[in-house]
Amino acid sequence: MTQELITTLVKITLWLVVLLTTVPVMVWVERRASAFIQDRRGPNRVGPLGLVQPLADALKFIFKEDITPTAADRPLYLLAPLLAVLPALTTFALIPFGPDVVIDGRTVPLIVADVETGVLLLLALASLGVYSLVMAGYSSNNKYSLFGGIRASSQMISYELALTLAVLAALIPVGSFRLDEVVLYQQGTWLGFLPRWNVFPQFIGFMVFLIAAFAETNRVPFDLPEADSELVAGYHTEYSSMKFALFFMGEYMSMATLSALAATLYFGGWHLPGVRFSDTWYWALAQGFGILLMKVALFLLFFVWVRWSFPRFRFDQLMRLGWKVLLPVGIFNLVLVAAMTLAGWL
Amino acid sequence: MESYLPILVFVVVAILFVAAALIAARLFRRIGSGSLDRQPYECGNEPESFAHDHQFSIRYYLIAVLFVVFDVETIFLFPWAVMFDRLALFGFIEMMVFLAILVVGYIYVWNRGALNWA
Repeated sequence: MTQELITTLVKITLWLVVLLTTVPVMVWVERRASAFIQDRRGPNRVGPLGLVQPLADALKFIFKEDITPTAADRPLYLLAPLLAVLPALTTFALIPFGPDVVIDGRTVPLIVADVETGVLLLLALASLGVYSLVMAGYSSNNKYSLFGGIRASSQMISYELALTLAVLAALIPVGSFRLDEVVLYQQGTWLGFLPRWNVFPQFIGFMVFLIAAFAETNRVPFDLPEADSELVAGYHTEYSSMKFALFFMGEYMSMATLSALAATLYFGGWHLPGVRFSDTWYWALAQGFGILLMKVALFLLFFVWVRWSFPRFRFDQLMRLGWKVLLPVGIFNLVLVAAMTLAGWL
Repeated sequence: MESYLPILVFVVVAILFVAAALIAARLFRRIGSGSLDRQPYECGNEPESFAHDHQFSIRYYLIAVLFVVFDVETIFLFPWAVMFDRLALFGFIEMMVFLAILVVGYIYVWNRGALNWA
């Protein structure tokens, strides 16, 4: 029991370290990449290539004045930033990051919570994120925040349907909620060179998932909840200091969550064809984690690339895309995948 | 149930992390000057009313109601998707009937204009 608790804590610490490194790195990547895309220099004063800039930002967050408006609903105002980080962080308990390894004769699955409900629980946890935005928007008692919060809620629930339908379709040929089985299902190759990744037979589903993922994380072109030009900063207008930083972290972490989910559902997760996993547990762990993180990093780069390439939608366009395009396409994809599985093609 | 314990541990660790961050900021933060900056932010104008005094579009409620309907439908789809290989053709036809009924409702909602914004 204590041994298991220790392994669990080690695995959680591993994720925590990785995620808390990802956020500052992503801040740097986002700013440098935007500068590159817009043909300017970007942060280059703090450290070589501006690499220490995120650290300077973090220090600034700590030393800033923390303002709670007098009109705000204090308990909810405090709870919102906590709820921004909590679900995004906890979802990583369900992402597998390597094959089962043997440590001192004990078989240890490389996933924090090896549970039967896998994806279902992950979706449940991820969808809790909307509460943070609604609470922040409502409790601030600021008109911009309120509009941002309401927009965020209706946007996130609208696109959650499409997201769920895409995930469902990916589960049909696997026949399990467990993400480690989804990864195992995608091992091997077609015709000797094409990896058996879900993205090839389920390309429609992947596109639905990807678009919905952008909407779920409130990223451009779906950043209406914090549309700067009309709502100042949307639901976190009133937040400052560390509370604002927590919203920031939550946003990047939920991007990482959906990237990891996309990598696992559609791109083979921690597995890569042609890679032989070592028998030594720490090498196998490094291989699995390395491959998964590489895929996640590519997705995160894609998020940044899209952000600096597309203008923002209008709200009616957003709702039309979600309800009139993605939802029927999602249902069509579900039927298509079911029929293909029935025909024995998957 | 025991296999769910790690998630609880993860939640506790996450809460501790957030608490540590907030406490660190509390120790070092700058103490503000007056009550003027405690007003709701309105680009420098003095707010004449609070956000909670105002109403917003009824359409947001409509979207929420539609979401509940369709979300319940996806919950029905989950066990079917996972048991697909065992239910085979029978399950496929059953679910097509279910989806057909759903699509009829969807077309009705669409025609009533509930999916139109503005």
